[in-house]
Amino acid sequence: MHEFLAQLFNGIALGGIYALIALGYTMVYGIIGLINFAHGDVYTLGSFFALTILTALGVSGELHGVALVVDVAIALIGAALLCGIVGVLIERLAYRRLRNAPRLAPLITAIGISFILENVMQIWKGPAPVPFPAVVPNPSVMIAGVAVGAQQFLLVGLAVVMMVALQLFIHNTRLGRAMRATAEDRDAAQLMGININKTIMLTFLIGSALAGVAGFVSGVYYQSTWFFNGFGAGLKAFTAAVLGGIGNIAGAMLGGFLIGIIESFATWKFGGQWSNVTVFAILILVLVFRPSGLLGEAVYERA
Amino acid sequence: MIYAYFLVAIAVVVVAQRLPDLRAKRGLFLLLGVALLCAPLFDRNDSTFNVLADAGIFVLLALGLNIVVGFAGLLDLGYAAFFAIGAYTYAMMASPQFNLHLPFWLLLFLAAAFAAVFGIILGAPTLRLRGDYLAIVTLGFGEIVPQIFQNLTKYTGGPNGIGALDFPSLFGRSFGQNTIPYYYVVLALIALALFFAYNLRDSRLGRAWMAIREDELAARHMGINTTAVKLAAFALGASFSGLAGVVFAAKLSLVSPDLFQFQVSVLIVSMLVLGGMGNIPGVIVGALVLVLVNNVVLPQANTIAAGAGLHVDFGNYHFFIYGAILVGIMLFRPEGLLPSRQRKEELHHAAA
Repeated sequence: MHEFLAQLFNGIALGGIYALIALGYTMVYGIIGLINFAHGDVYTLGSFFALTILTALGVSGELHGVALVVDVAIALIGAALLCGIVGVLIERLAYRRLRNAPRLAPLITAIGISFILENVMQIWKGPAPVPFPAVVPNPSVMIAGVAVGAQQFLLVGLAVVMMVALQLFIHNTRLGRAMRATAEDRDAAQLMGININKTIMLTFLIGSALAGVAGFVSGVYYQSTWFFNGFGAGLKAFTAAVLGGIGNIAGAMLGGFLIGIIESFATWKFGGQWSNVTVFAILILVLVFRPSGLLGEAVYERA
Repeated sequence: MIYAYFLVAIAVVVVAQRLPDLRAKRGLFLLLGVALLCAPLFDRNDSTFNVLADAGIFVLLALGLNIVVGFAGLLDLGYAAFFAIGAYTYAMMASPQFNLHLPFWLLLFLAAAFAAVFGIILGAPTLRLRGDYLAIVTLGFGEIVPQIFQNLTKYTGGPNGIGALDFPSLFGRSFGQNTIPYYYVVLALIALALFFAYNLRDSRLGRAWMAIREDELAARHMGINTTAVKLAAFALGASFSGLAGVVFAAKLSLVSPDLFQFQVSVLIVSMLVLGGMGNIPGVIVGALVLVLVNNVVLPQANTIAAGAGLHVDFGNYHFFIYGAILVGIMLFRPEGLLPSRQRKEELHHAAA
């Protein structure tokens, strides 16, 4: 029971990261029908940006008091902003031209962007994993006999706040409504006077910024980052988005937490070397048997 | 010297592609084949044929993936999995691992068959998925297969893989460490693959693939059994990869899971994209160019840079090269550098 709970808490923390990444996949897929393969690498880029900012601030270890709040805020917001900009640039330079091309062309382009980003990061910080300062103190609380660290709370709390804010934004603002309208029917939305290009850019901005947040958080949580992290994490987050129902924001969150928990239990029960196999097998099974996911509507091939 | 082989081969394929006359085209290919067959008589440089054999293995892989991606229009991002299945078939059945020592020639057929079976196992439940979902499923499969080979340590040697594979032999004479026999095997397999690829393309099945590629719904309404036809593409494409895997394993005398990662699948896709998906001469050129860059140009650039006192490892730029090819070609010349006339028309017609 003790181990079960411990794994559950681990899984929820891991799931928070996946959920934040999955939001970007699901938003972009919802609005332009593209599996943004480079999204996982934007997430890694977020941890690299955060690390660079922290280093520039002279932070190398645990912070306390005002410094903790200020430095973490700067790193977090900086990473999110920079990632948002990268996301927008990628859309503008690589995807926009192909918006009306056959479906596979932008996907192939996205794989290309992913490889370019990975290579850039590999050259930037080297081929080996890089240590990330443990800026947030990690006192633990006992819950039902299991020690849960403050970082885990921070991670899950941040993820939940972001998701709630995103839901509110999408459902209660003009821009959010424009995003939903564009996702529903791009041509009709354009006829209603919505600036499609701006709306799609906004989607990339928000999705990539959330990936940046996830990158920062994962850096703090794991105290390391690696140029190739985004490939696996991205694929798992995509699995989460599909599991929840791609295009569905609430589904991405649910899927993220579920995949985190499943991975955590798979690692516990079968060993770490089987966790990837388990998650990818779920990806295949969901796509084959329930491509609409848990919360999604049925999807049809677009003409 | 090695450049001469690649440049001549590429030039011949490019010229042949431009020739309107079918007989002249065939003659040119035949001439290239004869020249390549005779080359070891005049050139005693073993390392040349080592690189050429590797290039040939990738030509074989590109021709196989071209059936799936180029002809049938199904983006397979896990093609390296079938390559791994072929290689491990040889490694497990012709090595001290289980003390099985089946002959290379038998295993060529077995591995092709195994790979085809796995192609069907993967394809049967997934081929009704939309194109982009199918791509992700194949990617998942491509991740799972090497991971399983890595995890089943008892059978596959785990992360270290299996070494000391048997040398193939012909008429009782072992290939040994010599690269020339592998070079000939690869040439023969390419000839076989070309024969199949051209005949498949012009067959009823080939026309069905292209119909599906252009418009699946319309193809179905014309009475094409789309699932069966797609399965055939998957199985046939996979079998080429199985063959390539056997030769690759035998030549290297070693297999390990990290030889078959996602990057390999993307490398082969890049070859197709670069040369022109669906066009046989195009994908051959794509494969040759990328092998030349990877195995010859980059290592030489390293040597030159080291000679100039620079510490650059150009081997670190592989990802960038593949990525730039995928993005650049898709944005500016989606039909590839050497497309078939038909494909070019299709793409530009669709865009208009």
